Amino acid sequence: MLAAMSDKPPVLRLRGVYSERLSPVSIDLAAGECAAITGPSGSGKSLLLRQVADLDPGHGEVELDGAPRSGMRGHAWRRQVIYCQAEAGWWDDHVAPHYTDAARAAELFQRLGLAPGKMDALVQELSTGERQRAALARALALAPRALLLDEPTAALDPEATARVETELRRYLDGGAAILMVTHNPEQARRMARRGWRMEQGRLEPQWT
Amino acid sequence: MDVIKLQALDLVIASLLVLLSAGISSALRLNLQRQVLWAALRTVVQLLLVGHILRIVFAHAAPWLTALVVAVMMALAAREVAARPKARLARRGNGQVGAMAVVATTVVTALFILSTALRPEPWYDPRYTIALVGIVLGSVLNAASLALDGVLSGVRRDRLAIEARLSLGATAHQAFASLLRESVRRGIVPSINQMSAAGIITLPGIMTGQIIAGMDPIDAAKYQILLMFLLCGASGMAAMGAAYGAMRRLTDERGRLRLDRLLSER
Repeated sequence: MLAAMSDKPPVLRLRGVYSERLSPVSIDLAAGECAAITGPSGSGKSLLLRQVADLDPGHGEVELDGAPRSGMRGHAWRRQVIYCQAEAGWWDDHVAPHYTDAARAAELFQRLGLAPGKMDALVQELSTGERQRAALARALALAPRALLLDEPTAALDPEATARVETELRRYLDGGAAILMVTHNPEQARRMARRGWRMEQGRLEPQWT
Repeated sequence: MDVIKLQALDLVIASLLVLLSAGISSALRLNLQRQVLWAALRTVVQLLLVGHILRIVFAHAAPWLTALVVAVMMALAAREVAARPKARLARRGNGQVGAMAVVATTVVTALFILSTALRPEPWYDPRYTIALVGIVLGSVLNAASLALDGVLSGVRRDRLAIEARLSLGATAHQAFASLLRESVRRGIVPSINQMSAAGIITLPGIMTGQIIAGMDPIDAAKYQILLMFLLCGASGMAAMGAAYGAMRRLTDERGRLRLDRLLSER
């Protein structure tokens, strides 16, 4: 058992993931690791996250804790590797029906700085920043093995950003992994041990 | 039965009403007079043509001829289902979804009635089969095209919501659930309205026809009830078939949303 622990497979392993507008990408993310991707708009950052989440047709293999994606059903994969869109979609007019575990959601709301009353509000009554945090809470409440975050704090003030980053670190400490797209180089430095830069569909390492 | 036979002259006199309608259009500058006259002409030609074809088919009562007429009617209905929605599925998806919904529901409901309530001799008696298929097709066509349009026009609007559900691990079926419900409802509601209004607001065409043809009103009402039930079941099946067929084409084996299979609107 101990021997197995030492060569434990990475939480998330991308092996030659590519699509029409994306050159092959290979990245390993260990337990508790966050990797950041920066780059200009339209360079393919979101496309890469969507590829990893298996939301678009593409090529290459992704492994979760050593288990290949091709051996899992699409929805079972996406339940464990959750993609948070930059602009989240909502399938109900009210906030509450988006959460299955009300107690867990309330806890996350509090830690992300959302007033408890927001749970009973309409989605359209929330501000952009509140919606962004509510969407993150929706994903975190499901406790996935890996999170694919697309501009998770784009609409947030510094205080709310700090709360989100604290919550993400707590999530990483649980042994999960995060692949994060951000426009903010300082956030990339704060959160990630390794950084990449996306340029016209090509991913180049920036720092390690 | 003492049917008053219509003479050609009777129709010519009745056509004065069409001229009246065209006159109104002209007086109010609606610019519809050409369309009114053209539509009236089409009605005359199409109905007389159908009447002559059915006279031949009824006279022969051959199974293959009946099947041919039914097949042509279904093909035209499927084409109409495919053409009504503005959005198009790639690789002739609209046509395939329309054909599947139309053929499956029409065959199932028509055979059901022919083997339970009506039981003509022989069972494919064109007088019953063709009339039945014709009535069913009207409802099926409406229900299927409304449901198909509901999914195709709604999927772009609901893209973010559907992808949000997929991203959180929902199956394609769960992610489409509310769009499917809404679309199937759109398809079924007309036949519910038709059933609730029957006899009070309008006298259904079939019943009116049979009463004019000399049938006892109670017997005519029973026929109409049977047909209403038939249409209700048929439109339910057609709406569901069309909506699910569209969903299957808009998702793939990995449970992804495939909007690339939806061509841009005309």
